[in-house]
Amino acid sequence: MQHHFIDRYSRLESPVHALPAGLKMAIACAMVGSVLAVPVRWWVFHAAAGMLLVCAAAASRIPAGFLLRRMLLLEPLVAGVAAMALLRSDGPRVFAAMMVRATLCLATMILLANTTPFAEILRVLRRLRLPAMLITALAMMYRYLFIVIDEAQRMRRARLARTYAPGRRRQWRLLATVVGGLFVRCTGRAERIYAAMRARGWQ
Amino acid sequence: MHIPDGFLDVKTAVATGAAAAAGVAWAAAVAQKRMPRRRVPLVGLAAGVIFAGQMLNFPVAAGTSGHLLGSVLAAVLLGPAGAVVAMTAVLIVQCLLFSDGGLTALGANILNMAIVGVLSGYAVYRLAWRFMPHRHGQVAAAAFGAWCATVLSALACALELAASGMVPARLAVPAMGMVHMAIGAGEAVITALVLAGIARSRPDLLEAAPATATAPDRRLVLGGLVLGVALALFAAPFASELPDGLEAVAEKFGFAERAATVVPAPMPDYRMPGVPWSIAATGIAGAAGTLLAFALAAGLARVLVPRQATPAPRPSAAP
Repeated sequence: MQHHFIDRYSRLESPVHALPAGLKMAIACAMVGSVLAVPVRWWVFHAAAGMLLVCAAAASRIPAGFLLRRMLLLEPLVAGVAAMALLRSDGPRVFAAMMVRATLCLATMILLANTTPFAEILRVLRRLRLPAMLITALAMMYRYLFIVIDEAQRMRRARLARTYAPGRRRQWRLLATVVGGLFVRCTGRAERIYAAMRARGWQ
Repeated sequence: MHIPDGFLDVKTAVATGAAAAAGVAWAAAVAQKRMPRRRVPLVGLAAGVIFAGQMLNFPVAAGTSGHLLGSVLAAVLLGPAGAVVAMTAVLIVQCLLFSDGGLTALGANILNMAIVGVLSGYAVYRLAWRFMPHRHGQVAAAAFGAWCATVLSALACALELAASGMVPARLAVPAMGMVHMAIGAGEAVITALVLAGIARSRPDLLEAAPATATAPDRRLVLGGLVLGVALALFAAPFASELPDGLEAVAEKFGFAERAATVVPAPMPDYRMPGVPWSIAATGIAGAAGTLLAFALAAGLARVLVPRQATPAPRPSAAP
């Protein structure tokens, strides 16, 4: 079972990790809000925000390479949307402003995700009175995501091992088989989980 | 289709956030009231499956690949209210854990993919299924619903970006609409393949018959339909003016040459030649695209679901 791709560093011990989750989420919200609200021509503010993020990242003891890889992975998506701005008359300038803002926000969110265990985030969301149904779904999803993805990878590997040179049509079939199979398996698993939850006195 | 941070202005972010919060709160209340308790864990697990499905890419053409959206798939398997909750959970995890989709755009992303995608796609699916009350009809209806959901989500996304002053609506709406008419075909094929597979191995997991709709169901279908039609009608004028609109914008800003390279020859076949009235042309082009998608869905279902193997479910057999 391998799930190192997901919040692998969120349980390190560091001053940043030790901050309460609610406070960190509030800081992240304030950071994203102010970065978007302050005009980019006040570049001192954005530079300061960037410095703050770099300091926080250094204090968190998360390997810099990991954070940079996450940034590089997500940056093309941001650039893709921002590229639409190039069609405007003042395109390059707007594009640069958007990229600065979006990059700072992205860094904030990546840092938040990797310094706060998801269970803590969930606790804050529950205190914010999100619907109970949604909280249950989020908790279940986070708890079983590893297993579902692991199962998907095993099904895919097993299928590929039995398929000689998969063509494009085969690959579509393969994807559908994996997703359908996952759905079928997860209904059975959900029934067992429900029985176990009831046995432990859920509702 | 995930909007990152920094692309929506304050009014759009607040408005979409409020709409998404209201929609999700309502869906969660409906699911809490009407969904059997033992199905509650399934919502979370199905959200995990949809997340995993979105991670698996399938090849489209020339090195590009697409991925599943899954809103109609979720709606068919969980019911619309449960599907809204599941898709919302997927988007929240993607935002908070994987930084995919912005925090300030979370409301807009939930509105586009979890609310518009699920409710309008489900409405189309239920209505289309009514006219083809067989198992292959169900698969065809779901595939068609998946196509409509993808296009409508994209239109909503384009309108939000345009409302934020990011990009002119006359560019964003046709561009997003056209691209997602193609992506929606992929979504329809995958949805049909998955549902046909489930119909073969576990037909009991699919809803029994279209005739068992209850009053709240009908309200939901009606609401989803109104949402979808309103969105399409609102977006249509922007698409219809495409050639003139683009030229006007290009002349105004003086970037005609640049625009020509970035937006490939503004979709010449979107507007049918020989029809002078642009609104009528958009209507015809849109209807043609929709009919094509419907034909694709029906054909797929016929190929994928053997008629003899799965007899038509009788309404009386429903639980």
